[in-house]
Amino acid sequence: MPHRTFFWFFFPSGLAMLLFIGLPIISSFFQSLHIEPEQILMEVEKCDPFGCKTETKVDIEATTKLQEEQPLGRFNGLGTYGDRNHLAFDEIKEAWTNSSSIAEFTDILLNLPFYKALLFTLTFCFAVTPPVVVLGFIVALSVNTITKSLKGPTIFGVILPMIVTPLIGSLVLFWMIDAKGILGSFIQFLFDDPNLSLKSSSQLTWITLIIYGIWHNTPFAFVVFYAALQTVPQDPIEAAIIDGASRYERVRHIVIPHLYPVATFIILICLMDNFRVLEPIIGFAAEGVAQSLSWMIYNDLRSENKMLFGSAGATSMLTIIGVAILLTPVLIRTWREFRTER
Amino acid sequence: MKKLLIALLFTFVSTSAYAGGHSPCGVTDGSIKILANEFTTYRIFMDEVKSCAGPSADFSVTHSVDHNKLQVAALSANPAEFSAKLVTNGSITTLMNDDLIRPLDDLVAKYGSALQDNQKIVIDGKIYAIAFMANAQHLWYRESILNDLGIAVPSTYEEVIAAAEKIKASGKMANPYAGAFKSGWNLGQEFVNMYLGHGGDFFKTGTAEVSVNNAKGVAALNMLKRLTEVSNPDFLTQDTNAVKEEWESGNVALMHIWNSGAASLLDDEGDQAIKADTRLAPSPSVGGGSKPATTLWWDGFGIATNTSDENAEASFRALLGAATSTEMANANPNATIWLIDGYSPGDTAGPVVDAANRGATPYPSLPYMSLLHGALSTELVEFLQGNESAEKALADVEAAYVAKATEQGFL
Repeated sequence: MPHRTFFWFFFPSGLAMLLFIGLPIISSFFQSLHIEPEQILMEVEKCDPFGCKTETKVDIEATTKLQEEQPLGRFNGLGTYGDRNHLAFDEIKEAWTNSSSIAEFTDILLNLPFYKALLFTLTFCFAVTPPVVVLGFIVALSVNTITKSLKGPTIFGVILPMIVTPLIGSLVLFWMIDAKGILGSFIQFLFDDPNLSLKSSSQLTWITLIIYGIWHNTPFAFVVFYAALQTVPQDPIEAAIIDGASRYERVRHIVIPHLYPVATFIILICLMDNFRVLEPIIGFAAEGVAQSLSWMIYNDLRSENKMLFGSAGATSMLTIIGVAILLTPVLIRTWREFRTER
Repeated sequence: MKKLLIALLFTFVSTSAYAGGHSPCGVTDGSIKILANEFTTYRIFMDEVKSCAGPSADFSVTHSVDHNKLQVAALSANPAEFSAKLVTNGSITTLMNDDLIRPLDDLVAKYGSALQDNQKIVIDGKIYAIAFMANAQHLWYRESILNDLGIAVPSTYEEVIAAAEKIKASGKMANPYAGAFKSGWNLGQEFVNMYLGHGGDFFKTGTAEVSVNNAKGVAALNMLKRLTEVSNPDFLTQDTNAVKEEWESGNVALMHIWNSGAASLLDDEGDQAIKADTRLAPSPSVGGGSKPATTLWWDGFGIATNTSDENAEASFRALLGAATSTEMANANPNATIWLIDGYSPGDTAGPVVDAANRGATPYPSLPYMSLLHGALSTELVEFLQGNESAEKALADVEAAYVAKATEQGFL
């Protein structure tokens, strides 16, 4: 495609990306460098059904004036990035000097909100992505072999987990795994332990979330693999059949190499998606034991008080950096393949 | 404190006299959009608001247990998403901090002749909200179960635990106690109750500097831990509504939840045997203190700053109509303690009045309290799961609070 044609072809979506993705990222970055202006407090008399007393209140006039002078808030540089709720440099330095063993240091580190969230996010990413790719592939292979008349309904059934809104899907499962839900009581029966509860321990909650993640993401891998399977050239397969290759050998030596680039694409998208995990945490009411980076942003913007734009902006930036780091190996690999093909 | 009692007594003898002014009901202009918490008493109240607004009014109400999380974003927009918000002494401060609710003096002068003085929430000389009910968390118990085992009604948390252990040992119930321990606002509230019950102060007087990492904080946490040990193992996922379901399923014999829970627990739906066996008791004290470990709350409404005067007036009129409806209050005497003129309290009001008399404090209305409550909501989970010491959990709470309060400009 000539560069000129490509440019005009790409221009509308490029513009949309710049407006709806690029600019918000830049604005979040600026916001993350600022914190709220100082709150001026005043003592006032407050009366309610329980009586009157003197209480502290924000002096709205004075604070609004400050806010008008500095609409973005006070400039804080990278201060928010380094505070306890984000990268926590001071706390880590202190932990490093004060802890006697690596285990103790790790304990302190993973108790800090950002690192706790990072640990869960990475665990989720790396526990969900490989099974999704493998399962997606197996399901695609199986569906590809069944008779035409059954294909349509089967495909619909397989992609159902993707069609169901994540929040609804996780809520349904949440009720099913309740100690009195169908799955919950079955598991209790299976392990013969009436006190077993999937929601009560952090490990079991993590496992539940990961299984949910696999269930929800497999259809995506399936759809992509299934589409790619239609492009597998029939000639080498027929040749292999004539040569007496078993079904396994045909898949191993012809189908898998053909689908390799597609697998890379699926891994890329899955890692990116799972790094931003949020809905299952809300749906499973797992905020207490499993927090992700996205949940931290959500919590900053939907806590009971003023929205912490600076804090949320900083976490967003760190998430973007995290996604970039995570994708680097895959991208480098794709780039190399691209170069060699040329 | 005494004022509430006096107000309640006053309602027995007062006669509602309509002293002129404009009638609030029958709204025709402006639209009414209300954001409110989700529980039965609010539903009763909202039905009254709707009927007061009349059939021709543009009326909608959004009930959500996440109302506190929605309120700032929804009311900051201009024009705001909602024209009115049901507030409590906990949530009003957040709205006041950002100037998101407007003074109501003009509207009160025009329509509010039927209001009682103690319904007016006056801050710095201006009326910012109208209260219509008082609420508090207190103990609930199943009389037959306590009687069968010869357990007296517990008056301290130590007795609650002893009673729960006895019920557990008897094999009647596996997890006899329940409280709203869901990680998030509910869990924070459990700590607030218990810490105040131990006589603690959240902040160094007159400043935004937090101080919860002390002996009282540790004692409060340890007591919560012991309570969770006699609760359902899923306690971290159970909010008040989930606890009520446990109660109605007969899985629980002791619980500490809101007085307004009576509206759904004592209604005609559900297992009538359990309903007949349900008793209300005062909130227990703890650690040898005399104060009950609970907080007093009022519920009322505020009108958004960022809405047109027309919508504000329409919303105010409809809400005021319900907040002065003696009929609604007396038709549902057990739904809560109404602060409405002419209301005769039902037999469920006792525990709240008792809490007020025994010196329970109202939930602290400080501008930075919600930040601390937020920190408590997330940082106590690991302790309750046994992965962290109480001191460490409280140190985390303080550190999380300091980081947030610094970013908000309070420190």
